Amino acid sequence: MNEYNFAYLDEQTKRMIRRAILKGLAVPGYQVPFASREMPMPYGWGTGGVQVSAATLTPDDVFKVIDQGADDTTNAVSIRKFFEKTAGVATTEETEKATIIQTRHRIPEAPLRADQILVYQVPIPEPLRFLEPRETETRKMHSLQEYGLMHVKLYEDISQHGAISTAYAYPVRVADRYVMDPSPIPKFDNPKLEMDAIQLFGAGREQRIYAVPPHTRVVSLDFEDYPFEASKADHACDLCGAEDSYLDEVITDDAGDRMFVCSDTDYCRSRREAGHQGRLAQEDAA
Amino acid sequence: MTPLLQVNGIEKRYGARIGCRDVSFDLYPGEVMGIVGESGSGKSTLLNCLAGHLKPDAGQVIFDTRADGPVDTVTMSEPARRMLGRTDWAFVHQHARDGLRMSVSAGGNIGERLMAVGSRHYGQIRGQALDWLGRVEIAESRVDDRPSAFSGGMQQRLQIARNLVTGPRLVFMDEPTGGLDVSVQARLLDLLRGLVREMGLSAIIVTHDLAVVRLLADRLMVMKDGEVVEAGLTDQVLDDPQHAYTQLLVSSVLQV
Amino acid sequence: MYVAVKGGEKAIENAHAWLAEERRGDPGVAELSLAQIREQLSLAVNRVMAEGSLYDPDLAALAIKQARGDLIEAIFLIRAYRTTLPRFGNSTPVDTGGMACDRRISATFKDAPGGQVLGPTFDYTHRLLDFKLAADGAVPEAPTAAPRHEPTPHITKFLKDEGLIQDEPASDKPPGDLTREPMEFPADRPLRLQALTRGDEGFVLGMAYSTQRGYARNHAFVGELRIGTVAVEMEIPELGFTIEIGEIALTECETVNQFKGSKTEPPQFTRGYGLVFGQSERKAIAMALVDRALRWEELGEDDLGAPAQDQEFVLSHADNIQATGFLEHIKLPHYVDFQSELELVRKLRREAKERLEPREAAE
Repeated sequence: MNEYNFAYLDEQTKRMIRRAILKGLAVPGYQVPFASREMPMPYGWGTGGVQVSAATLTPDDVFKVIDQGADDTTNAVSIRKFFEKTAGVATTEETEKATIIQTRHRIPEAPLRADQILVYQVPIPEPLRFLEPRETETRKMHSLQEYGLMHVKLYEDISQHGAISTAYAYPVRVADRYVMDPSPIPKFDNPKLEMDAIQLFGAGREQRIYAVPPHTRVVSLDFEDYPFEASKADHACDLCGAEDSYLDEVITDDAGDRMFVCSDTDYCRSRREAGHQGRLAQEDAA
Repeated sequence: MTPLLQVNGIEKRYGARIGCRDVSFDLYPGEVMGIVGESGSGKSTLLNCLAGHLKPDAGQVIFDTRADGPVDTVTMSEPARRMLGRTDWAFVHQHARDGLRMSVSAGGNIGERLMAVGSRHYGQIRGQALDWLGRVEIAESRVDDRPSAFSGGMQQRLQIARNLVTGPRLVFMDEPTGGLDVSVQARLLDLLRGLVREMGLSAIIVTHDLAVVRLLADRLMVMKDGEVVEAGLTDQVLDDPQHAYTQLLVSSVLQV
Repeated sequence: MYVAVKGGEKAIENAHAWLAEERRGDPGVAELSLAQIREQLSLAVNRVMAEGSLYDPDLAALAIKQARGDLIEAIFLIRAYRTTLPRFGNSTPVDTGGMACDRRISATFKDAPGGQVLGPTFDYTHRLLDFKLAADGAVPEAPTAAPRHEPTPHITKFLKDEGLIQDEPASDKPPGDLTREPMEFPADRPLRLQALTRGDEGFVLGMAYSTQRGYARNHAFVGELRIGTVAVEMEIPELGFTIEIGEIALTECETVNQFKGSKTEPPQFTRGYGLVFGQSERKAIAMALVDRALRWEELGEDDLGAPAQDQEFVLSHADNIQATGFLEHIKLPHYVDFQSELELVRKLRREAKERLEPREAAE
């Protein structure tokens, strides 16, 4: 494929994105405006993540893409193919082997290492957006650290439902400064946001890049008497028996029977290969 | 005693038109200042300059801050001014809608300032919200209702509770009784008078209603065409007005 | 047994193969050529060029063919192609005063130098289906007149000479480029116009219509609408002078709007401006109305809280490629988010039930 530059974007554009990434790493959680390009895939389908990946990839990288934790969901397949075609980089489904992982809605279960980069696709980067629709106003709120409204939202949740009713895209405070939207990951994943790897967040349509450097303090917003809880379905994986992984609920028949399986397909596979078995593993093998 | 607020030579122009000019006064802790005048007299412009909503073209608004003593709030940084706005200062708008979050429950409205300054205990925030509902005579059972379900008088009382919950030292009020029925006005004035005394609040109240200042204000400034034409103790000014305009204002009220 | 989302790769390939077949339709029916699309569906081609921000009728025709006639999809194809193109430089501003007009009308004057030229318009056609077109499309030759050679002056010039219309200050400041810089608010007028000219025709039309119905009404007259071709010139640094590199068709609309004036300024008309690739007159008029509505602040008008006055609202939502992408992304899998909501709702229901039951038991 010679019509396009390595990883699709021209070098000027990549430099511009890298500058935004560096600024983001220097000011953890701050949303850096960047001149998002029009990509050959729709806005809202990962154009931000794709641009960040394109600017980060080198020919020696091993690239992994997950959507909802799985490597074989359609959009993950489509983005992986895009980089196979435009960058010719090696791809993998194994978290362990990847150097750059682009994700939508999940953080892999296996802890990431210092030599890995996790790239998130972000639909709405502004955690204050649904409290205050105006960009001019939310930027001011961030610069003045006026985050009281965020807790008003949580207060309203508790007064209405008896609990904080945000289950995903659960807001966090990064390095005791910026309130950040961790992208629509389930709140189960929030504690993993403090990790060894670099985390980069790309929002293409909204033209924002932000980042969490390794070992940065990331605190999920809560109240002292209603502390944050990283919850998941109260089951073990029916295939690999894992009790510590985030689970998908799959309806298996017309009677509404369910099975629960790891959302991180690579984690589940590697556990099964290591001999772990869940409730339905025998059946599966048969 | 150091004045809580020292206002020196405030001036605000809109192009060639004068909003207000050459306004100076001191406000001492626990004192309530009334500013009266007809619409267009510059009293609301002045209030907005004092409260940091408008930037005056000239003059100083020196506030005796807890941490650093007297500081000119006109030239202080915006973050510092906004911090004052949610701690030691409060602003009661004429229209409760401008001062409330209409899509947030009464409890959330009262709790917002507490959370903005760092309260992170739901039970305590809710406890204070309930306490304040009681103090402004709203039934505790309404704590989870939205202000849109409240009457005009209740909305105004809720706005007051939302402002006073952090124990501010200075309250700005812009026609706090405007647009309310007479009987509702009376109840609100009664409540305000009680709160001002009980909390030892200092306040600056802008109104065109002389009954409001008679009841609440220790001192009075009368404004006309952007300038203060008369100032003094409330009773003195109202009972023995010197300036022709003040005489007109007082007599027009008496006629009613 | 766990097969719910396996086979994504194969499914995508098969779907695309089927799409290609559907695009072609019945192979017994002759295939459309790009020339046919370019010549006979020219207004669709114009819209794709305008909102795709790329003046190339042949590529636009290709995009329309590939998109099965879905114009937003075609605009998307053009945009994605455009973004990869190298930039050689900028043209000098086109001189619409020197336009070779196919159409030129003014609603504000009965006649003016250059005349009222109707040109190829749908106006005054009776909207009756022409069944002759279903049989054969042969058309009689249209009568012609001698072309006008001298430039056609802008109508607003006559108002300007008399000082009746606000002068737009000239500026040598290069306009921003919203495809190269992130949009930041407040955006200046050149950026706003840029966003509007490539904004969705339906959205801009709806916004303009809302001003006419009273949401920030600004009493617009079409001072002038002109459609025709202009020369595109570019300064070549190596040559040290300007050369003509081509010709493009444009639609330009200037509205004349009421202005009350103030104590310091006598009453004067103001204007709204629309400029769009190709023959796109609905879009150009709508753009001028929205441009005028967005100028309330600089003209010292009141903020009436109307959507068309709110630049953040208008500019953030005018782009149909952004809008369609984000709208359609909700059909992507969201089962991880949904799962977390599912668990939360179950938990809240369980707790609510526990709270309610002891109370019932006690009664």
